Amino acid sequence: MKILETKELTKSFGGLTAVAGVNYQANQGELSTIIGPNGAGKTTFFNMIAGTFPPTSGEIWFRGENITHLPAHEVSRKSIARSYQIINIFPNLTVFENLRIASQSRKVTYNFWKDVEELEDINQKATKVLETMMLQDRRETLAASLPYGEQRHLEIGIALATEPELLLMDEPTAGLTPDETIRIMELIQTIARGLTIILVAHDMDVVMRVSDRITVLHQGKILAEGKPGDIQKNEEVQRVYLGGQRY
Amino acid sequence: MKTNKKIEWPYWVHVPILILLPFICPYSALATNILIYGIFAMGFNLLLGYTGLLSFGHASFFGLGAFTTGLFLLKLKTHVGVAIAAGVLMATLGGVVIGYISLKRREVYFAMLTLAFSQLLFFIGLQMKDLTGGDNGLAGIPIVKLPLGINLGRPLHSYYFMFVIFIVVSYFIRRLLKSPFGKAMQAVRENENRATSCGYNTRRIKFISFILSTLISGLSGSLYCIQLRFVPLETLGLNTNGEVIFMTLIGGLGTFWGPLVGSSVFLLLIDLTSKIIERWELIVGLVFIGFIMFLNRGICGLIEKARSARKQRRGAPAGSV
Repeated sequence: MKILETKELTKSFGGLTAVAGVNYQANQGELSTIIGPNGAGKTTFFNMIAGTFPPTSGEIWFRGENITHLPAHEVSRKSIARSYQIINIFPNLTVFENLRIASQSRKVTYNFWKDVEELEDINQKATKVLETMMLQDRRETLAASLPYGEQRHLEIGIALATEPELLLMDEPTAGLTPDETIRIMELIQTIARGLTIILVAHDMDVVMRVSDRITVLHQGKILAEGKPGDIQKNEEVQRVYLGGQRY
Repeated sequence: MKTNKKIEWPYWVHVPILILLPFICPYSALATNILIYGIFAMGFNLLLGYTGLLSFGHASFFGLGAFTTGLFLLKLKTHVGVAIAAGVLMATLGGVVIGYISLKRREVYFAMLTLAFSQLLFFIGLQMKDLTGGDNGLAGIPIVKLPLGINLGRPLHSYYFMFVIFIVVSYFIRRLLKSPFGKAMQAVRENENRATSCGYNTRRIKFISFILSTLISGLSGSLYCIQLRFVPLETLGLNTNGEVIFMTLIGGLGTFWGPLVGSSVFLLLIDLTSKIIERWELIVGLVFIGFIMFLNRGICGLIEKARSARKQRRGAPAGSV
């Protein structure tokens, strides 16, 4: 069953068309990946779905609802979350506070009186994500002073704590060592149970193993789409992307 | 989660000091001013220290509160409660209008808009001589007397009256900061874009925190008028805009007790230096520069940092000052 659909989604910045008429579908419970060389329009595509900026034309449908022109905070409230390529956390708050802020957002923002420590459900939710992301030992550490690898965990944790149905992950392995990359990919596979994930990635080897489906974006258009094995064999993909031609 | 009902340690330090403050200070009116400016700076700190918005025009709300309360006491001869309520309401209304417009812009443009509004109000105050007394300020405000023989014309009565209000206000602010909304404010300060993508309507959060901040600033203005029985035009002026920033910064931005510590240090410093040299502003200016350059976390920020570093070494959760 499809959960997200884009119809002829297009974004132009002045003369440059970053995303050109993309028709994309994500199915419930699937882990699909979008790959493509730098400048292929992957992040722009995410930004439009997440409501960071509106598309120039085209439509975005989520669970049968047109969300094309919703602002970012309302997209989040439709249970779409995203994690970022560049670490984007709340630096001067503790790890736990980072997660709790994310987990309270949809339930209790305009409560001016109750102590957050006493709100059981959001604390439990945040604790659960803390454990899922293997950050238990860092609970009271300031987010800014976490090592980079663990900031990546927190980055994903914040998105997860909003309890999304659809999780958009922009290059979750960016800047990680090979060991850390393996760890994060294992985590993503754990998270993926019961969740729909769209992953944007650069590194082919990493996504080949975990993806149910891969979409190759090139110059703002879908070049190919299919199972990892088929994509690897696709000649056109090999020509523009795999064959060492990374730009 | 366990419920934490115990009173935090800083209260055990600050409250006894505050009870004795009029006897520690060179004169008790100074202690009263410390409380009034402490409330003002706490309101300002909500916005700058917790939501991360720098307003250069908070004198608007202090002045609106002071003038409105003054006019109610002087011209309408209302009960002091009504006069304070009117002052707070007027400042809050000002906050709604000024906040709504200023928050259409960000960062330095936001700050400039708040500054422009405060200048506008200053010149309106200057022009409307019949109402505000213009350059001379609003004089002749009667002494406020309350039941049980409380006479706010007496320094100690006035001090403990302000003390009670201060405790109530600080309790409300404490609750606010620990509430979900307080956390949302901090999320906006830390990373507005991420807060948005977590589902927060950050524009609304900024607007509400602006209004809350102006409400408290208005209250402090009202109290200032009652204490001084006079409202100088300068309450709306540039100096007032600067002073509240100064107090908040030296006390510690984004710390709970910082603004009070800041107002104490600032007012005591002025009192001390003005006895020694005529141009006391020189010394105060140098102290301010010193803080910005070397201690930009402010006094309470420094204590907080030291404590959390110590606790982190011990592996225990960090407390707050």
